[in-house]
Amino acid sequence: MKVRTPLAAAALEPDEGGRYGVYGGRYAPETLMAPLEELSRAYDKLRRKRTFQRRLNHLLEHYVGRPTPLYFAEGLTEHLGGARIYLKREDLLHTGAHKINNALGQVLLAKEMGKTRIIAETGAGQHGVATATAAALLGLDCVVYMGEEDMRRQRLNVYRMQLLGAEVAAVDAGSRTLKDAINEAFRDWVASFADTHYVLGTVTGPEPYPRMVRQFHSVIGSEARRQLRRLAGTPDPDVAVACVGGGSNAMGLFSAFLGQPDVLLVGVEAGGRGPELGDHAARFSGGTLGVLHGARTLVLQDEEGQVVGTHSVSAGLDYPAVGPEHVFLHDQGQIEFTSATDQEAIEGFHLLSATEGILPALESAHAIAEVTRRAPGMDGDQVILVNLSGRGDKDVESVLEYDAASGDQVPVRRPSGGDSVSVRRPSGRHSGSGAGDAE
Amino acid sequence: MSRRRKRSSRDGAIAAAFKTCAKERRSAFVPFLVAGDPSLEATPDLLRALVSGGADVIELGVAFSDPIADGPTIQRASHRALAAGSSLSAVLGIVERHREELGVPIVLFTYYNPVHARGVENFAAQAADSGVDGVLCVDLPPDEGLRELQPALEERGVDSIYLIAATSTRERIDRAAAASNGFVYYTARSDVTGEREDLIPTLAREVKRVRRRVRLPVAVGFGISTPEQVEEVAQVAHGVVVGSSLVRLVEENSAEADLAARLERRVRDLTAPLGARVL
Ligand SMILES: Cc1ncc(COP(=O)(O)O)c(C=O)c1O
Repeated sequence: MKVRTPLAAAALEPDEGGRYGVYGGRYAPETLMAPLEELSRAYDKLRRKRTFQRRLNHLLEHYVGRPTPLYFAEGLTEHLGGARIYLKREDLLHTGAHKINNALGQVLLAKEMGKTRIIAETGAGQHGVATATAAALLGLDCVVYMGEEDMRRQRLNVYRMQLLGAEVAAVDAGSRTLKDAINEAFRDWVASFADTHYVLGTVTGPEPYPRMVRQFHSVIGSEARRQLRRLAGTPDPDVAVACVGGGSNAMGLFSAFLGQPDVLLVGVEAGGRGPELGDHAARFSGGTLGVLHGARTLVLQDEEGQVVGTHSVSAGLDYPAVGPEHVFLHDQGQIEFTSATDQEAIEGFHLLSATEGILPALESAHAIAEVTRRAPGMDGDQVILVNLSGRGDKDVESVLEYDAASGDQVPVRRPSGGDSVSVRRPSGRHSGSGAGDAE
Repeated sequence: MSRRRKRSSRDGAIAAAFKTCAKERRSAFVPFLVAGDPSLEATPDLLRALVSGGADVIELGVAFSDPIADGPTIQRASHRALAAGSSLSAVLGIVERHREELGVPIVLFTYYNPVHARGVENFAAQAADSGVDGVLCVDLPPDEGLRELQPALEERGVDSIYLIAATSTRERIDRAAAASNGFVYYTARSDVTGEREDLIPTLAREVKRVRRRVRLPVAVGFGISTPEQVEEVAQVAHGVVVGSSLVRLVEENSAEADLAARLERRVRDLTAPLGARVL
């Protein structure tokens, strides 16, 4: 299968000001307005250029490893008993997650724009690693901002970035997580835009980021659709599931199925420790309309408009706002949102490891958790498509820590049905039980 | 654009303050502090100190959890203020209780989210009732502000002030100028807020470029912290904004009983060279 990133395809585009209905926009300090306008123009010019598309697609195929397989997860399907589960294997990409699709696209764009320096924020470290990789490949300087708390829990990725020649700048402000890293990246960019491109890692931020990042990831959905037609006999699943931090892997997958009423699109947010404000990153249940990092969108905040802390076992979902297009599509009834708690995600992590031999990223494990709730109630001829956005190597320490803090042995049956494997998992038994369990 | 106003801001207190300065052939001094730093109780005294030191207009900073346009000094101040219980409600309360007594126009310097969270109509009404003279939202360029916030403020005679930057194109300068009342704020550096050793060498030329296109007074801020810098900027600007340097003074002296007196002395030092404007 040839790699064809649908960059020039007519997508559902925001208006000129980057608005999806009342969401999105370009809420930025004046100094950044002209650089953002320049970025929008450069991107619109390049994405239509054949040479740029060819260059990107060539690298995606030979360097990044696209197309990624679509894999029928027979073990998981049998274990859950119900819908047929297909995994879109973004975890098999170079650097280990979907993030490279966007990072490479933007770094190529930056190079075309004549920039010599790249900055990025990172939460889980996957976007940082992807950006550092693209910068190393294309010979650009790279600085990655990362919250100190995230540096602790994703320290392998910190060293990976350093090995790739990037400088990892520790951010010790606020909650020391993704949102603070984004603040710091914007502060750098205000002073450095002349020679620097800011590679934002998800579908948030001011115009043009949400539409640009989505478009670089839309290859996920377009591939999956073609692969499903071959493998499952239908291009359209009954349900498509993806985890939602800022929402880039979800937009990438969902973009191929928008406007198709027969496909139920489900985004899974981080339910964290429970439903109390500050304990989770579930914007669709706990958020209110606000303006953060350049866009009008759902934000976890108090009544005074101060952004509140978030919690998730997965650094990549630990963010108080969500991509504006998601909110728009939710209003339109096109995407449904739900959440999975830390504990459910950990269970999903163990389950996929035991039934398929695949360690998912803790972010992706949230999507798996949703599948475990949904699949058993569906018919055997129905199809669930899951975006396995990344691999779990980076999370092994976090899972170890989490399990050590609880420590009972829970049997998970093998797909063959016979003997069971023991997986350590936390004490509080089931899903949804939520608050306090993880503590 | 609607020109409906209950209280004509063209002749509002901000415009009047700049007019007075013009008559006195000097630039206006516009100090900035974060409201609630180090505490809500301390703020009124500090504002009085600004006035007795020579402030013509006060920029009162509303602390925000995610101040992306601010350097470390104001970030720390915002953090302290939030920890001390500051909020947009608290700031409006301070203005309501002290605006009249201070006798100097007050511009709220804020990020947009606290305003948005309150609802723009609510905010505009409460700001007007409290005696707020103008509002500057750092992350609300005219592109969004003209539609979202300005009509509500205009309706109640509260001035909107927009930023102009070195990167602003001619169209953007014109748009900000047409949208602003009272004055426009030119950011002296393409950077976050914070003290700097030097002004950028092209500053005078840049400010003149803006002044040629703008009928309103032009105040210049970002990175101005010493009397020498104030003097230099006053040569070309109608107003000089000093923020981080005063915020740092508050930070370093917050435990001192005579904090307000120290602040007043510092403002006096900064305003001393202001007679020198030769516009
Ligand atoms: C593997 C993986 N999945 C998902 C995410 C969440 O980001 P998004 O919602 O933009 O896909 C991250 C972010 O770091 C990630 O590393």
